[in-house]
Amino acid sequence: MSTQSQPLIIIEELGKTFTLHNGGGATIPVFGNLTLQIEARECVVLAGPSGIGKSTLLRSIYGNYLPSVGAVKVLHHGVYVDISTAPPYKLLEVRRRTMGYVSQFLRVIPRISTLQLVAEPLLDNGVALDEAYARAEAVLTSLQLPRAHWDLPPATFSGGEQQRVNIARSFIRNYPILLLDEPTASLDAENRAIVVGLIRDALAAGAAMIGIFHDDEVREAVATRQLPVAQFKLAA
Amino acid sequence: MTVTAQQSNQPTQQYNYAYLDEQTKRMIRRAILKALAIPGYQVPFGSREMPVPYGWGTGGIQVTAAIIGPDDVFKCIDQGADDTTNAVSIRQFFAKVADVATTEATSEATIVQSRHRIPEKTLKQGQILVLQVPQPEPLRGLEARETETRAMHAYEEYGVKYVSLYQSIAAHGRITTGAGYPAMVNQRYLMTPSPIPKFDNPKINQSDAIMLFGAGREKRIYAVPPHTDVRSLDFEDYPFEIQSWEEICALCGSEDSYLDEVVLDDEGNRMFVCSDTHHCSVRRDAGHAGPLAGHALATAQEAAE
Amino acid sequence: MNALAQQNALAQQVAPAPLLSVTGLSKRFGNVAACSDVSFDLYPGEVLGIVGESGSGKTTLLNCISGRMAPDAGEVAFATRRFGLSDIYSLSEPDRRRMQREEWGFVHQNARDGLRMRATASANVAEPLMNMGGRHYGKMRAETEKWFNRVELDPSRLDGQPRLFSGGMQQRVQIARNLIHRPRLVFMDEPTGGLDVSVQARLLDLMRELVRDLNLAVVLVTHDMAVARLMADRLLVMKQGKVVETGLTDQVLDDPQQPYTQLLVSSVLQI
Repeated sequence: MSTQSQPLIIIEELGKTFTLHNGGGATIPVFGNLTLQIEARECVVLAGPSGIGKSTLLRSIYGNYLPSVGAVKVLHHGVYVDISTAPPYKLLEVRRRTMGYVSQFLRVIPRISTLQLVAEPLLDNGVALDEAYARAEAVLTSLQLPRAHWDLPPATFSGGEQQRVNIARSFIRNYPILLLDEPTASLDAENRAIVVGLIRDALAAGAAMIGIFHDDEVREAVATRQLPVAQFKLAA
Repeated sequence: MTVTAQQSNQPTQQYNYAYLDEQTKRMIRRAILKALAIPGYQVPFGSREMPVPYGWGTGGIQVTAAIIGPDDVFKCIDQGADDTTNAVSIRQFFAKVADVATTEATSEATIVQSRHRIPEKTLKQGQILVLQVPQPEPLRGLEARETETRAMHAYEEYGVKYVSLYQSIAAHGRITTGAGYPAMVNQRYLMTPSPIPKFDNPKINQSDAIMLFGAGREKRIYAVPPHTDVRSLDFEDYPFEIQSWEEICALCGSEDSYLDEVVLDDEGNRMFVCSDTHHCSVRRDAGHAGPLAGHALATAQEAAE
Repeated sequence: MNALAQQNALAQQVAPAPLLSVTGLSKRFGNVAACSDVSFDLYPGEVLGIVGESGSGKTTLLNCISGRMAPDAGEVAFATRRFGLSDIYSLSEPDRRRMQREEWGFVHQNARDGLRMRATASANVAEPLMNMGGRHYGKMRAETEKWFNRVELDPSRLDGQPRLFSGGMQQRVQIARNLIHRPRLVFMDEPTGGLDVSVQARLLDLMRELVRDLNLAVVLVTHDMAVARLMADRLLVMKQGKVVETGLTDQVLDDPQQPYTQLLVSSVLQI
């Protein structure tokens, strides 16, 4: 893990503007001039009204959206890797080992069992089959997903159940960095509390997080810092 | 020039020595020399129209015609027998066009032309065996494209041949190929030894004689020079085995020659006799006898001789 | 240099070498530029998807980089076992054929092109072993049984002929045949094209598992964006022979930069 003085994420002058070539070439600026450093045990919550670009910002940090300008440096194996310029194999390595992303939606190959889906991040990192499945079972149990569901593909689950599978995938490993996009959106109070517990445990273990939380309670429970996104909003 | 009735009724036309013209013989000899220089490699040659159609031994006849001379002694067998129709007619053909002595005794022959068998009597230095070959390409059954098989030979890519042996074992528990059993020549080229029974494959290995293979329809000649390594394909756990019989030759009692099965009547009676007729008669003359010695078959053979 | 820069420099130095490196590859057919100036590097464990519509040049590109067709310009360098990093077209034909057999796999869209339809399934799967000198029947047979299980085929069909199998089963035999010799790079040409959707799903997952377990590098050509999203880590988007856009799959599909890519992505039906 990093030393106390080294931030896990360094964001420099990050900005994103979309260009819709087939929409008459319209440009949609979203945000710009974002500079930010995040250290271990910090959970920076992106705050602001819906539509302001919180999700876009998060995705730009992950590399899911290509930043238009600026750098996102992630501490990976002791070295900073710039997400916006790194070669693909490096980016894939960073995502596999260092930076996880909890999205709002579960998008996976159909017909694959829940257990297998949850175990995948471990298998991708070389964990033995038995151990990976055992840990998957443990994390699903802690998220109160019924055992009967484990061998079924999540396609027919409720929104909340799918989301818990999503969360299980992201918390089965100790990612040094976690990006969370409305992870508790479709969960009831009890399950929200469980997720809060998982987040706090991960933070205590040294993770750095950036998150978007719809729910005030959750936000208050996990945030160490709030970042109002409005200040980075670009004029259209 | 008109040909009179008298002229066209002449009993013998004027053929070149051994039927083929000198240019053709030269071309075939070159192919043979190249084949001997590259054991097992199929040399294309300009196969000619012969007095028998393709499929009746034209390749063997052309090879013999190119190498035969007035001092040679010629033997011809068809599946081991000197007295079948085809063996007789080819023997008489060369007697006529090459003016050579002929024989049924393997040890007296200088050239032995054969369809589908190698004589039991071990061939010696100075003898030439000419085998008739229907399909010279051992890979044809699995790979129809000539372009591909040529590349496979050139690059020594013979894995595919093991595929057919593999399947044989999977289906029958053993390699069931009985004739035309593929063999590696000089550790380099894969050849089919023509449809001789696998029983005869070991005779090609390290022979003192020259072995020539002619395929007239497919227009290929290949050869195994004396003292050449010829290994039949097999697997480590399924080694190459030759055929064996529980029976012995009914006429001469031979225990180690290749036996043909002869059906005697409609009641399922049969007998096993040496495929190599000369080998059998030599043994009988020496006093050996099998369980059915004196059978009509033996008498018929002697009558033909 | 400060500590951070020094660390970065160190990271650059120990960067892994690419398995496949394509540089400036071009191929013309008469006046038509089927491929223009294509370049990319591929690392072990990466699945590269080459996507584009019909006529985009992706099949030509695949043929050129898999050694089937020499390009008119450019280089295809592969880290061969025997000769190190070499332009595959600088190798002699026997060496190139041997490398293709021993270090690569090629899964065709149509099993007919990738299997011997009249040989048994087991023989098909064992053939690469025999090509590489395998001469022990029992061991090879055991290996094919293992692989049959691995690709989720019923072992009772081991001695069946692929021409009697379903399309999905034929593809599984093809996959087994192309992996049994432990290649490092596998080319796939629309491997699930023409199969039922449910069959596709299982096959794709099988392929992902195998890629992970064997640390394979894969070049996957497909016109199906859904397959690309599921299988590929990164994409090369082709149009009229040129690479129009490249990047991680989720980035190219969620945030396409180029006009053509935006058009392509927006045209895909979402179910």
